[in-house]
Amino acid sequence: MAIPKVLRGPEKLEVSGPKVIKTFHLFGMKINFTETVILEWIVMAVILLTAFLLTRNLKVRGTSKRQAIAEMAVEAITGLVRDTMGRRWLWFTPYIATVFCFSIFGSLISLFGVRSVTSDFSVLLTWAAITFVLITATKIRCGGVKGYLKGFGDPIPVMLPINVLSEISTPTAMALRHFGNIAGGSIIMGLIYYGLANLSHMIRLQVPLLTVGIPAALSLYFDLFSDFMQAFIFIMLTMVFISNAGPSEDAA
Amino acid sequence: MEPMAMSEAIVLAGSAIGAGLAMIAGIGPGIGEGYAVGKACEAIARQPEASGAVTRTMFVGCAVAESTGIYGLIIALLLIFLKPFT
Repeated sequence: MAIPKVLRGPEKLEVSGPKVIKTFHLFGMKINFTETVILEWIVMAVILLTAFLLTRNLKVRGTSKRQAIAEMAVEAITGLVRDTMGRRWLWFTPYIATVFCFSIFGSLISLFGVRSVTSDFSVLLTWAAITFVLITATKIRCGGVKGYLKGFGDPIPVMLPINVLSEISTPTAMALRHFGNIAGGSIIMGLIYYGLANLSHMIRLQVPLLTVGIPAALSLYFDLFSDFMQAFIFIMLTMVFISNAGPSEDAA
Repeated sequence: MEPMAMSEAIVLAGSAIGAGLAMIAGIGPGIGEGYAVGKACEAIARQPEASGAVTRTMFVGCAVAESTGIYGLIIALLLIFLKPFT
């Protein structure tokens, strides 16, 4: 009996970037329209739909289960921002919550068998660039342009190159950390599936039965735990860096 | 597998050895994170009521300490799967 190809498991291990669907030429630059963009739009639609469904018909009395969930989420993220950044920075909550949701949904979309959005480095670099802009804006807002420029010569002017380097390395390290964890995890999971499929072919199983169940335990760590962890760490670092850019709580 | 040119084989072997060497970077974060988690356990044992804040700080610290290891991992993955020098 012939086994359909779908059931035969991975025959070749392929590790590559996101598939390029279409390439545009704009002002002499090559702009790739990749599958990441489509998945990002899907993630955005899911988040918008979830937010819309959770926040319809809000009531003060006789709250529904839906509203309880929405309130719990909002309170949790607000409490986190208040504890980490202090009361003065509470207006950052929507941005932090957005990045958190996007990161989690973008990573967890890989559970449906597609590439996760966060294993594309350009996505993470974009988020890190937003954080960099926010940090710089906060510094300029709190200390003025002069104070911001003076900060580079702190504590002595000789430190200027090191300060510039640390300024640039902050967002780069954030992006690389998130990317490395998610992409590395997905590659390790791919290796495990490939190895188990080969192993079951080796013991003359037509269908790779060994890939059933065994990877689930590892997937729990590489897909679920590390996704939540990285999203949490990304927003934690964003909050810490932004609140450190301003004056401390007692000085203000 | 079809036979490959000697030069290509040397480059591939070098990439594989380089990837292995890059993963030596994993030692540092291992030691550092172990130390941080140990200290966090001590802190929680001393002050169980502060466990939430201690755990949160520990995770963020671990993530920061992990980044050097992640750089090593990225270099290793690049060398193995993208083969930039062939």
